[in-house]
Amino acid sequence: MIPECNIPLASPQDFSVDYDVKWCPGCGGHAVLSSIKKTLPELGIPKEKFVFVSGIGCSSRFPYYINTYGFHSLHGRGAAIASGIKVSNPDLSVWLATGDGDSMAIGGNHFIHILRRNIDVNIILFNNKIYGLTKGQYSPTTPAGSITKTSPDGTIENPFLPGELAMGSNATFFARVIDTDPKMMKEVFIKAAQHKGTSLVEVLQNCVIFNNKVHEDITGKEVRDENQLYLEHGKPMLFGKNKEKGIVRAGSKFIVGEIGKNGVSLADVLVHDAHNLEGTRHYQLSRMTLPDYPVALGVIRQCETDVYETLLEKQIVAAKARSSVKCVNDLLMSGNTFKIN
Amino acid sequence: MAKVKQIIELDDVVVKFAGDSGDGMQLSGSQFSDTSAFVGNDLSTFPDYPSEIRAPQGTIAGVSGFQVHIGHKEVQTPGDLADVLVAMNPAALKANLRWTKPGATIIIDIDNFDSNHYKKAGYTEDPLQDGSLEGFNLVKAPISTLTRSTVAEFGLDNRTAEKTRNQFVAGVLYWLFNRDMKIGENFISERFKKHPEYIQPNIAVLRAGYNFAETVEAMAVKFQVNPALKGKGLFRNITGNQATAWGLLAASERSGRKLFLGSYPITPATEILQELSVMKHLDCITFQAEDEIAGICSAIGASFTGKLGATSTSGPGLALKGEAIGLAVITELPLVIVNVQRGGPSTGLPTKTEQSDLMQALFGRNGESPVAVLAASTPANCFYYAYMSAKLAIEHMTPVILLTDGYLANGSELWPIPKVEDLDPIEPPLVQDNDMEYKPYKRDIESLARQWALPGQEGLRHRVGGLEKEDVTGIVSHDPGNHELMVRNRAEKIERISNYIPKQEIMGNKASDLLVIGWGGTYGALYTAVKELQEEGYSISLAQFTYINPLPKNTKEVMENHKKRIVCELNMGQFATYLRSKIPQFDYLQFNKIQGLPFMISELKTKFKEILEEI
Repeated sequence: MIPECNIPLASPQDFSVDYDVKWCPGCGGHAVLSSIKKTLPELGIPKEKFVFVSGIGCSSRFPYYINTYGFHSLHGRGAAIASGIKVSNPDLSVWLATGDGDSMAIGGNHFIHILRRNIDVNIILFNNKIYGLTKGQYSPTTPAGSITKTSPDGTIENPFLPGELAMGSNATFFARVIDTDPKMMKEVFIKAAQHKGTSLVEVLQNCVIFNNKVHEDITGKEVRDENQLYLEHGKPMLFGKNKEKGIVRAGSKFIVGEIGKNGVSLADVLVHDAHNLEGTRHYQLSRMTLPDYPVALGVIRQCETDVYETLLEKQIVAAKARSSVKCVNDLLMSGNTFKIN
Repeated sequence: MAKVKQIIELDDVVVKFAGDSGDGMQLSGSQFSDTSAFVGNDLSTFPDYPSEIRAPQGTIAGVSGFQVHIGHKEVQTPGDLADVLVAMNPAALKANLRWTKPGATIIIDIDNFDSNHYKKAGYTEDPLQDGSLEGFNLVKAPISTLTRSTVAEFGLDNRTAEKTRNQFVAGVLYWLFNRDMKIGENFISERFKKHPEYIQPNIAVLRAGYNFAETVEAMAVKFQVNPALKGKGLFRNITGNQATAWGLLAASERSGRKLFLGSYPITPATEILQELSVMKHLDCITFQAEDEIAGICSAIGASFTGKLGATSTSGPGLALKGEAIGLAVITELPLVIVNVQRGGPSTGLPTKTEQSDLMQALFGRNGESPVAVLAASTPANCFYYAYMSAKLAIEHMTPVILLTDGYLANGSELWPIPKVEDLDPIEPPLVQDNDMEYKPYKRDIESLARQWALPGQEGLRHRVGGLEKEDVTGIVSHDPGNHELMVRNRAEKIERISNYIPKQEIMGNKASDLLVIGWGGTYGALYTAVKELQEEGYSISLAQFTYINPLPKNTKEVMENHKKRIVCELNMGQFATYLRSKIPQFDYLQFNKIQGLPFMISELKTKFKEILEEI
């Protein structure tokens, strides 16, 4: 007998909507959407159980472009809405689409708190380092000195690195991908979905209109081998056209070493341990920037620890076992009551 | 030998306990209230405490009070002025003397009446000598020294010993009101269940207080307040915040929708969050969010999944939630927003009561953003109005703002315990899986409510959000005609709630010389003032509104046939302004008080008589 399968098999087309996707032609959002549509059918989750939540901004239109349950909410508040959804129904697969303005600026508070609580929501952070929907103002991730519509003389603010903020919030999963590499995106999205706890995936995304080629020094064909370090748990941190370079230790710091030069051998190259709860090394990896270092991509940190809704469920079960109050009538009659004859 | 003393029977008595914030006056007050309830008195209580946790000892700023009104007759307010004042120090005396009846019994801890304490309280002269206490029955009790000597044998440290002084006060009151000491001893045993070492010392101090009162000459009379004529049955003493929390739980049970409260601590609403935090066994989840915004947003997320989403706050918090209330309006999701009003603007008077958030509740959002607004009118009926808020929110798929206030929230009254099955049923507009007819913005013909399709349900995938949606289909739409249609639909949906709520009642004749109009938490004072004037033969009636938006359908008829109308509220006239816009055919006089204090019955009566005598 063929066992009955309760999960209807879904295909990427099952997640398509029958109206237009209104991102600009060439926007990195299209690639992310396409990767997500390819990821979802592989997760073994019925299509009704996906919920996509977002805040406001170009990337936050995401829920309208994917055929799942969706909630396009308020600027910055997506993380809070997603928290309420996941805590209320842990059976759902909850995703948050957000941008650098949405999560690093107006929603910064909700962003750090969802990570701190470790609620099992998958966050896709579209980082194009600019405000797109309001047409080209600098964002909290815009590099210092950038000239934008609201910084005609160059920004005088230090940018956030989303990874740094995530590590400071004790995030249990942090990965970084680029919008030009669908294979990498899908691989990482699957890992993010499988991770129990909040998963943060920063997508280095291009804004073709207001910040074109902002990530070109990482994603460009000419430079990508030299400037990208794709991390895999348990494997040495090697990069370069022929994997001839690696991350080695110098005291408490990392430096880039070249195998065969200055006494550096393959054995000196650090092996990536994404699972170490103590996050110093993940912090260092997440903040490596050009030109001194390659930019770390892939899963930088993935640690299993207590998940909010699991702990909550345990408390609910214990409270039910402990209490003799089983319904509201019991509650109304509990404690001090007074009979008047 | 106990002396034979006179016993005076009274219909009602107001007792005020006042001391430093750390003196345990709230405990003495609740203990006395519970004891009175136990013997069958009707009651109403009101704690009055500063916003500082422990302001400097002995200063006016640090005075914490608890007022309790007990009665053989019906009791509707904590009372205007005290018949008995307990003042643990000069500051407590100074702060409360003007709220004390002439001839009242004032019990002071004489140990704290020295020049040092006078100075801290801001007295320039000794109040025991300056004649200000003339006409009062002053009982100088050495509460501190007698307490210390009583607990000496138990080997308590000084701080703990000091803390038992409130039981000395309780003991004096037990004697004064002829209460059974057994009740007090049981109260103490229950209270210190987790610290049994404190039970015996506290009982010893309670008895010392009782014995002191029996012996001292100054206690010339005992009071007797007989059981109330409130009707038979089972009662409990409940505060407004507790009743609000329990009303939401009852609605959750009746609707089959688990309760999710997303909230952030804020005075005087915090107890709702605290109360629901210990209700996990009733499937209630509380989420203490990082801020007011996340509180309401998490609740909206919960509502999206099919829970009864709720959030609790006070004025400044409601301001922060405004944007998210708009989101719940446009996504048409059920949501209960409890706003426990306090003195404003800004941080204002966090621990004091006011009714000044009415306009904010009605209109404090961007865009055309109508919500239903209800207002509870007594501590106990916060239960009923929280229940009704949830019922309307769920059945009409809309946010509902429930207004209570600091006075209702912290005050308590004796409440006949209802049965959950006697409450109106709640029927969520859920959808069957794979319903081919389902459309996110298809509406019920009668109520105009849309349906509630829950993530996880097969065949109902859809998207909601803050952008305007096309009628029926719910697809994002910027079409001008569609926008106007949707704005009108949302407004009409709220307006039609008037088909589902009770008519406005009048206490008194439908035609009178003066119609008193109030709303929400001023009910007790307005009711008592109007009732007393009716008994004195005046032609006066009361309409106390609890359904604010929409107004009950008969509101216009209620206003008719009165020579004058006066709107009484604890603000500058927000409800009066609202009535002028909604029912513009009438003139409305106003009586407003903006002192962070509830109305006094006496001031209301004076005002009403003044108007009545002009007619």
